[in-house]
Amino acid sequence: MSENAPVELAGPRVTELGMVSIALVAAGVIDLAAYLPRRAPLLPPVLLLAAAVAVLAVNVALVLRRPGFAVWRFRQVAGWMLLVYVVVAGMLEFTFLRDHTHGTVLVLMTLLLATFTLNVPVLAGYTVARFELEPGP
Amino acid sequence: MAALAAEAHAPSTTDPIVPRRGLWVVGAVLTLTVVLIAGNWLWGLDFLHVVGGGMWTAVDLFMGFVIGPIMRGLSIPARIELTKRLMPKMLLIMPTLVTMTLGAGFQLARSNGMLDTAYPRHGWVVASMVVVAVMAIVALALLQPANIAVLFELRKPQPNPAIVQMLMRRFIYAAGVTGAMQVATLVIMTRLAT
Repeated sequence: MSENAPVELAGPRVTELGMVSIALVAAGVIDLAAYLPRRAPLLPPVLLLAAAVAVLAVNVALVLRRPGFAVWRFRQVAGWMLLVYVVVAGMLEFTFLRDHTHGTVLVLMTLLLATFTLNVPVLAGYTVARFELEPGP
Repeated sequence: MAALAAEAHAPSTTDPIVPRRGLWVVGAVLTLTVVLIAGNWLWGLDFLHVVGGGMWTAVDLFMGFVIGPIMRGLSIPARIELTKRLMPKMLLIMPTLVTMTLGAGFQLARSNGMLDTAYPRHGWVVASMVVVAVMAIVALALLQPANIAVLFELRKPQPNPAIVQMLMRRFIYAAGVTGAMQVATLVIMTRLAT
C-alpha cells in the first residue's frame, strides 16, 4: 500500500449539482403525489423537470470535458449503474401504469423518472473515475 | 490459524466488486416485494415495510454512531481491512432494504387511502415523502458512490489510504445523517399509526 498521497479534489461540483437535479426531480414527484387522487396543477412540476434536466445536462458536460478525466472508468461504472437503475425505473413505471396513471401526468412522471435514472449513474461513475489514475484499457 | 483463514477470505483485487453469492438473497427479497405488491397482500406488505424500515434505521444508526467512532480509533491498515470486508456487503444490503421498505410502504399507503388528500393526516404523509427524498438524495449522491468508489480503490495494486479514508469518512457521515433523518421518519410513522 502506498503512503498517504494527497487527495486531489479539485474539479467541477458534480456531486452537488447531481444532488440539486435529484432534489428538483423529487420536488416534482412530491408535488404531483401531494394532490392525489386529484390532478395537480402541471406548471410547477414541468418547471421543476426542465430545471432538473438542465442541471443534469450541465453536469454531464462538466464531467466529460474535465481534462485528464478517466472517461473509460466513468463509462464502465455508469454503464452498470444505468443497467441497475433502468430495472428499478422499469418497476416504478410499471406501478404508474398499474395505478392507472395516464395522459400528461404519466408523461411527466416518466420524464421525471428518466431524469432521476440518469443522475444516479453520473454521480457513481464520476465519484469512482475522479480517483482513477490508469490511462485505460 | 484463524488469522490465516480470515486472510484467505479477505476480498482480493481480482474479486468482483459485488459479492455474487449475495445476489441470490437480493433477488429473492426483491421478487417477494414485487409479488406482494402485485397481489396487494397487506400483511406481507406490512411485514416488509416494518422489518425493512427497522433494519434500515438500525444499520444507518449503527454505521453512523457505532462503526464510525470505532473506525476512527483503528490503525490505517485495520481500517482498510475492515473496509474491505464491510463495504461489499453494504453495497447489497442497503439498496435492498431501501427498495423493500419504500416499495411496500408506498403500496400500503395507497391501499390504506393515506395518499388521498382527503386523508386527515395527509400532511404527515407528504412530510414523510420529503424526509425520504432528503435521505434518497444523501444516499444516492454521497453514500452509494462512496461505497462503490472505495471498492474500486481497494482493488488497485496500491490503494491510496488517504482516498480510502476520505471516502469512508464520507460514507460514515452520510450514514449518520440518514440515520438521524430516520428518527424523523419514526416520529411521522408512529403518528400515522396512532
